[in-house]
Amino acid sequence: MSEKDMAETQNTNGATGEAMVDVRSVSRVFQRGRTPVPVLKDLSLRMANGEFLALMGPSGSGKSTLLNLIAGLDRPTGGEVIVGGSPIHSLSERKLAGWRARNIGFVFQFSNLLGALNAERNVAVPLLLTSFSARERRRRVEIALEIVGLSDRSKHRPRELSGGEQQRVGIARALVNDPALLVCDEPTGDLDRATSGEILDLLVALNRDQGKTVLMVTHDPEAAERASRILHLVDGQLADCGHDGTIVLPAHEPAGAAV
Amino acid sequence: MSSFTLISAALRRKKTRTFLTFSSVVFAFLIFGVLSMLQTAFSMGVDIANEDRLVVRHRVSLFQLLPQSYEADMEEVPGVIDAVHFTWFGGVYQDPANFFMQSPVEPAEYLDMYPEVSVPEEAKLRWIETRNGAIAGRALVERFGWEVGDRIPLQPTIWQQEGRGDEAWEFELVGVYESDVEGFDETQFLFRYDFFDEARSFGRGQIGWFAVRIADSDRAAEVAAAIDDTFRNSAAETKSESEGAFAAGFANQVGNLGLIVTSILGAVFFTILLVAGNTMAQSVRERIGEIGLLKALGFTSSRVQRLVLMESVTLVTTAGFLGMVLAVGLERVLRPALAAYFPGLFLRPEDLFLGLGLAVVTGLVVGIFPARRAMRLETALALRRL
Repeated sequence: MSEKDMAETQNTNGATGEAMVDVRSVSRVFQRGRTPVPVLKDLSLRMANGEFLALMGPSGSGKSTLLNLIAGLDRPTGGEVIVGGSPIHSLSERKLAGWRARNIGFVFQFSNLLGALNAERNVAVPLLLTSFSARERRRRVEIALEIVGLSDRSKHRPRELSGGEQQRVGIARALVNDPALLVCDEPTGDLDRATSGEILDLLVALNRDQGKTVLMVTHDPEAAERASRILHLVDGQLADCGHDGTIVLPAHEPAGAAV
Repeated sequence: MSSFTLISAALRRKKTRTFLTFSSVVFAFLIFGVLSMLQTAFSMGVDIANEDRLVVRHRVSLFQLLPQSYEADMEEVPGVIDAVHFTWFGGVYQDPANFFMQSPVEPAEYLDMYPEVSVPEEAKLRWIETRNGAIAGRALVERFGWEVGDRIPLQPTIWQQEGRGDEAWEFELVGVYESDVEGFDETQFLFRYDFFDEARSFGRGQIGWFAVRIADSDRAAEVAAAIDDTFRNSAAETKSESEGAFAAGFANQVGNLGLIVTSILGAVFFTILLVAGNTMAQSVRERIGEIGLLKALGFTSSRVQRLVLMESVTLVTTAGFLGMVLAVGLERVLRPALAAYFPGLFLRPEDLFLGLGLAVVTGLVVGIFPARRAMRLETALALRRL
């Protein structure tokens, strides 16, 4: 990602074009005993449809919390989260589950495949929530496995697959319901450099060729470089990137806290 | 692929643990089946008791004798149709371990009183013609390999023959009786009362107890009271009760079998609840991340709860079903082998259904708490356990 690209995003924390994700003045406070612990503070973020955004930041900065809010796994204490036009912060637990099934594809650090099921059955798990015919389910599983290049490994169980292949199956599972938004939490965190590159290539291709919007949390700067935009989260707030790539904290933060 | 695929996958996750839990549940239901059979065997007299019949015995105990002349008096009591009598003979065939019930009866009256007993016509005639003739139940005949025409010696323990001391009584087997009634006792040995009464050395005219047929089963208590009133203040007062109550009292001489069986089953199923409950709780604890994943993928909390509950019900019900099938298999083996000892040893259909129902209920009880835990898991927190 060039410095010019960074400059375009530094003042908006948003993207031009139709918004896939619109996070408005969101805060999230957790209770630790009687002590409220603010994790996200009045954070706003826009993500364009078809964008590939990398979210970076130190541990405890709120990356996963923000990801969970956008993916509909958690609710904000304040503010609004609108994804694909749906105000998901106000949906009931049941509706939110249905919304996730239709709109979100999850890719985790560990593929988390069910060990007793082969690759194609793992990929088919989200389809249990749909009313597709058996034929349509088979078709979708075949396509998803083909996209990740594992058509020939469909009958293999997770223990018979390499770490990279397992992660590919996890990505196929994320794709099988054809979601608009892929949410990836450290998708290469458990992989070696070469395999990480393959997985990132796949995510880039999904973004470029299939038009998937990708939100990726990562600690790895090289992985983040593959995104079309990088945002840094520091202490619950989005930090701007300077022209030289340094991160500048919001004005009210002490200068010494710059990362 | 269906939800059952996920349930099956969860059960196959720790195969050894699932196998051990499964086996313990199978064994528990096998025990249930066997104990049910035993209970049926011991209570069969109660179950097949005829409501139209009363049993009249000495008020003090079954082993005190009553005058045979009471029979005519009883038949005069309003509501009584007829009466037959039995006497505990207690003879030994070859070895004291070869126990079976023996009693003198009056053949024609006995067969009239017990229409459920089926004896070939030819055998009936021979029984009436032959003074020392006897009939025996099918199971008893098969147990000892007797054939019609055999001479059966019974060594007396109570009733000696006049002038013959300990000499064995000798009976001629003239026929074999059977019954279409499931569990009817086919292990009895019945011989003629007139032969017995004339030959015995003491107690002539005395019998053990009466079976009395009444006209209206709804008036059984009333008729029983009337019979007892008839002999009140006599040298041998009576106690009349329904055939079922008599059989229950007889069965309870070996202890309150129902209570014993229920206590054992209670202990077995309590253990199963702990074993299977622990398995399910542990399984859910180990799969918190996996459950979080399912929720993230869009499975609702109630659906996750149902999955865990179905997993538990599948495990326990399948094992329970197998346990009951094994119990049926065991019954097929034991029933013919032990027919002469436990004539009512069989698994009743209602016990089979009770077992299967118990399996479903146990599965639900075992699964309810882990299922609720799975339902309540917060998705984002659960995913951290991935």
